[in-house]
Amino acid sequence: MSIELKNETILEIVPTFRVQWEEVQNCYVVLYPEGMVKLSQSAGEIMKRIDGEKSVIDIIDDISNAFDEADVKEDVMKFLEVVYGNGWIRSK
Amino acid sequence: MATVGLEASSQARPLWLLAELTYRCPLQCPYCSNPVEMAKYKNELSTDDWIRVMQQGRKMGATQLGFSGGEPLVRRDLEDLITEARRLGYYTNLITSGVGMDESRILAFKEAGLDHIQISFQASNEELNNYIGKSKSFQHKYEMARLVKKYEYPMVLNIVLHRKNIEQIRDILDMTVDLDADYVELASTQYYGWSRVNIDQLLPTKEQLKKAELVAREYQEKMKDKMKVIYVIPDYFENRPKKCMNGWGNIFLTIAPDGSALPCHAAGQLPGLEFPNVVDHDLEWIWDESPDFNKFRGTSWMKEPCKSCDEKHKDLGGCRCQAYMLTGDATNADPVCDKSEFHTKLHDDVERIGKLAGDEKFESKPLIFRNMKNSKNFTDKKTTETV
Repeated sequence: MSIELKNETILEIVPTFRVQWEEVQNCYVVLYPEGMVKLSQSAGEIMKRIDGEKSVIDIIDDISNAFDEADVKEDVMKFLEVVYGNGWIRSK
Repeated sequence: MATVGLEASSQARPLWLLAELTYRCPLQCPYCSNPVEMAKYKNELSTDDWIRVMQQGRKMGATQLGFSGGEPLVRRDLEDLITEARRLGYYTNLITSGVGMDESRILAFKEAGLDHIQISFQASNEELNNYIGKSKSFQHKYEMARLVKKYEYPMVLNIVLHRKNIEQIRDILDMTVDLDADYVELASTQYYGWSRVNIDQLLPTKEQLKKAELVAREYQEKMKDKMKVIYVIPDYFENRPKKCMNGWGNIFLTIAPDGSALPCHAAGQLPGLEFPNVVDHDLEWIWDESPDFNKFRGTSWMKEPCKSCDEKHKDLGGCRCQAYMLTGDATNADPVCDKSEFHTKLHDDVERIGKLAGDEKFESKPLIFRNMKNSKNFTDKKTTETV
């Protein structure tokens, strides 16, 4: 499933998945029926911002602001396309 | 049960907590994974016991919680347990036959925060479904599956495959498509629990498994963006065993209805285990310190041919229950491995069944259904044998 994500696309987590912080694992995880994927720090930073209100560009700006104005656009876009393909997120 | 994407952490932690709330069940499937001696377990944990177990598990890092059984719907405190589990932050899975469910209960589960419902089907047609489960449940299951989708739960449909339904795999998959399942788990009967007792009547032939796999692959491809088909290939035709439960005491923790803690839901049949109970011990001690959970952890318990095998870290010697059931010694290599001296015996047995399959007289041998009456026969027999 490939998709052209636009800057203004508002993203949400597909309701059959859940993203949450895990204290014991010290990372964000994605939970789904009988399974779990641990997220790397950067993946966690992106996934936790997907809330059904922010657009793609909002997420990019927000992360950039949080990390010394770093240029994260390309990496974030790439990650979002992958997880869109995984069926974890969708456009609202 | 599938373990999709659940990865082991570097340190063994019980990420997956399976709460077998009860052995009571309105169905009588002859391949049930519950122990054949289930009749001897009379006590069930109280609501407070379960809540304490869930709290301790969560503190140790458990994220997945399965409510299972028997039939978990039999427990009238299920709604309360789900509420507490979700409050603690678990991803809550209800593993059910659907019998005992109705729309108001599905709604109550939703309000309690249940994340996912898995419904089992015994077959894709009413007659066989109801025969295998010994229950007029097919229409009801169908209605419940529709409601699960209506209330926007992710839906897993689970169908155990065996010689009496495996040739209908296409109909089964069409049914799951019709029901709009998100995941489908198809697993063949193996040598555990009640299926061991009925293995002659249930074990699919090699040809049946091959054909079924092709059909499963076809649907995996055809439905890939809509429905995930998990087809578990049984290992008794293989030459290397599976890394059973991802390793003993590694990520799985099962609590039986009476509070016994087990590294796998089939481990109750193994001799020499002490079955630490959550009424007497906390989960941390059970997981880290108890003799049972350390018994087959890692590789130090192994003897030959596992001990010196360069693949021992890959499969950790396979399944302890299968080793015990087929060789009489749980510390033996899983006989699926062709390095095991019992490997030919396993293959001969599978071949024997394969040759007899289809023979009218062989096929007419009655199934032993999973119920308390039949279970009592097993427990009585066992007592007589020891006397």
